[in-house]
Amino acid sequence: MSIVHSTRPFEEDAKKALADDTLRGALRHATDLFAGRRLASIEGIDDWEDLRERGRAIKEHALFHLDRYLEEFVANGERAGVKFHWARDASEACRIVGSIAARVSARKVVKAKSMTTEEIGLNHALEGEGFEPVETDLGEWIIQLAGELPSHIIAPAIHKTKGQIAELFVDKLGIEPTDDVLQLTAAARKVLRSYFAESDLGVSGVNFGVAETGTIMIIENEGNIRMATSLPKAHVAVMGIEKLVPRFEDLEVFLRLLPRSGAGQHLTSYQSILTGPNTGGEGPDELHVVLLDNGRTGMLRREVTRQSLACIRCGACLNVCPVYQQIGGHAYGSVYPGPIGAVITPQLAPGDRSSKLPFASSLCGACRDVCPVKIDIPALLLDLRAKVSADGPALERRGFRLWAWMMRSTARYRLGAKLARLFPWAWRGRAGAWTDARELRPLARRSFRERWKRGELA
Amino acid sequence: MRVSLFVTCLVDQFWPEVGTATVEVLRRAGCEVVFDERQTCCAQPAFNTGYRDEARAVAERFIEIYEETDADAIVMPSGSCGAMAHHLPELFRDDAAWLPRAERVAAKTFELGSFLVRELGVEELGARFDGRVTWHDACHGLRDLGIRDEPRRLINAVEGAELVEMNAADSCCGFGGTFSVKHPDISVAILDHKLAELRDKEVDAVVSGDVSCLMQIGGRLQRQGSGIRTLHLAELLASGVEA
Ligand code: SF4
Repeated sequence: MSIVHSTRPFEEDAKKALADDTLRGALRHATDLFAGRRLASIEGIDDWEDLRERGRAIKEHALFHLDRYLEEFVANGERAGVKFHWARDASEACRIVGSIAARVSARKVVKAKSMTTEEIGLNHALEGEGFEPVETDLGEWIIQLAGELPSHIIAPAIHKTKGQIAELFVDKLGIEPTDDVLQLTAAARKVLRSYFAESDLGVSGVNFGVAETGTIMIIENEGNIRMATSLPKAHVAVMGIEKLVPRFEDLEVFLRLLPRSGAGQHLTSYQSILTGPNTGGEGPDELHVVLLDNGRTGMLRREVTRQSLACIRCGACLNVCPVYQQIGGHAYGSVYPGPIGAVITPQLAPGDRSSKLPFASSLCGACRDVCPVKIDIPALLLDLRAKVSADGPALERRGFRLWAWMMRSTARYRLGAKLARLFPWAWRGRAGAWTDARELRPLARRSFRERWKRGELA
Repeated sequence: MRVSLFVTCLVDQFWPEVGTATVEVLRRAGCEVVFDERQTCCAQPAFNTGYRDEARAVAERFIEIYEETDADAIVMPSGSCGAMAHHLPELFRDDAAWLPRAERVAAKTFELGSFLVRELGVEELGARFDGRVTWHDACHGLRDLGIRDEPRRLINAVEGAELVEMNAADSCCGFGGTFSVKHPDISVAILDHKLAELRDKEVDAVVSGDVSCLMQIGGRLQRQGSGIRTLHLAELLASGVEA
């Protein structure tokens, strides 16, 4: 399964989302809540801008020297007993996890919430081999129960209302109808707890890998990741190669940046910092780390696109994006939605559907303002647009060529303006995309330059 | 101070009153205004849609015209064209001949409101406007050029005008250049969300620094039969004054 999951054109998916008032209500509520909490959590942090700058610099440095840090990471991890596996692409990564699952004779595989495993379509692959992957993050589990896909990087079920979730639980778990959140979570907890006891393999993602020590860090709020990575016999962490930071002390910067930017927390409830398996009589007997490329090395080559790999998946850019706020995650048709999704999807999965995503932005720049690692998302969108427009729609291409030819000469510009006034039907008829919902201001009878020329402003 | 006015193609063709008001305001602030009639466009539409070659072609002409100017500053009644002027060096990043020329022109370019407050230190322009107005922060002025307080200070100095802040004044109006016609449904959905914030504010006018946003906002208000006007900052600052 590719990270692009929609086969319909983006416009169609967006239209469907716009027509869904329940979805838009849920989105509005959740994105405003997250954005508000984020603001509240950084209030009074005097060095916030400095912190962002440090986060950006660490990531930039690590990405520039990624080859070196990967070697260091693997050497130090191996010393601590970690088994590393290199995966060129999604299917290789899935095969590796599948073979580990088979070796430890797992049936149920407990999963921690992880975008990277969504990216490689791991659940689907494991099911295909007869395993039973179960999501243990509440939101992710709800989505799995409903047979849907996540629509937000950190809040997978953001598109669902409390009522819809209650109905789902009545249907799938056979509970009594209720809209009490405590009862709903208690019902979920009972089922989820039993999974941990029955499973021999836990699968997670990784938030940060530390080259200096071979450590991986995973942060969360529900405690399910702590259990999924410590109770089963074996733990496999699937990690994009871009997740490295050089030093252990770098974690401090990101532990301050990520929880605040994500859910607006000062700190997440749990941070699992794992260096090798079975530390001090606790934890799994085996710790595997699957290092995933899946198109990432291609993005390293250019300075502009390299930035895309600095993303720490906090989701802040989604919450403030006017487009995401209106259409939600599913309409992007990609595992990675929102502004950062529009940037990485066409790079990870080039194709017709994904190449349109960079145009699904008004370039307002709100994403750049909140990004904890200062990724210049609008610049990336423009860069990707430039790549696409080279073989964009013929009519548009010709239009812009004509436009440039006109704008390069004052005489042609004036002639164009005159023609537009003489033959308004020639272009106003084509303005339907604008005029369906908005009036179009008419061309002024006399342009500014005419007024100036006639000395009206003297 | 001698100021060369770049009026922007949209103002020139659709909303020349904004150009007239800009001249008026600049003169009142003590500037001598010159207008180079060779000017056309800043190249933004092509740049933002991904047509770099076409953007460069138009940008070169923009640079050629304005590097010759003997004015102290190039001023435009637009934050997004102003931001484009500041993006020019990016467009010529790999061009050793054009890069310094682009940088020189970019450094001399200013958006009107921020130019008045930051460069001239002027806030009070003797304007008068009776009514409640709200300010829409146009995205590129706000986020690329850091313009937030300047227009508000200018509005507060307008006699009779009451500045009413709407919720999320800094949220996008959904225009986004070609985005507004490539994705009209999303564009209007974003706009409607913005306009919902106006509902109980009882304002007489929405004021902003870009006619592009104002055409988007005004076009929808008009379609909805709303009586709220759209005014460019320059028009507000030039209002109520005998010429
Ligand atoms: S691009 Fe920045 S804001 Fe968006 S998810 Fe990544 S780190 Fe967060």
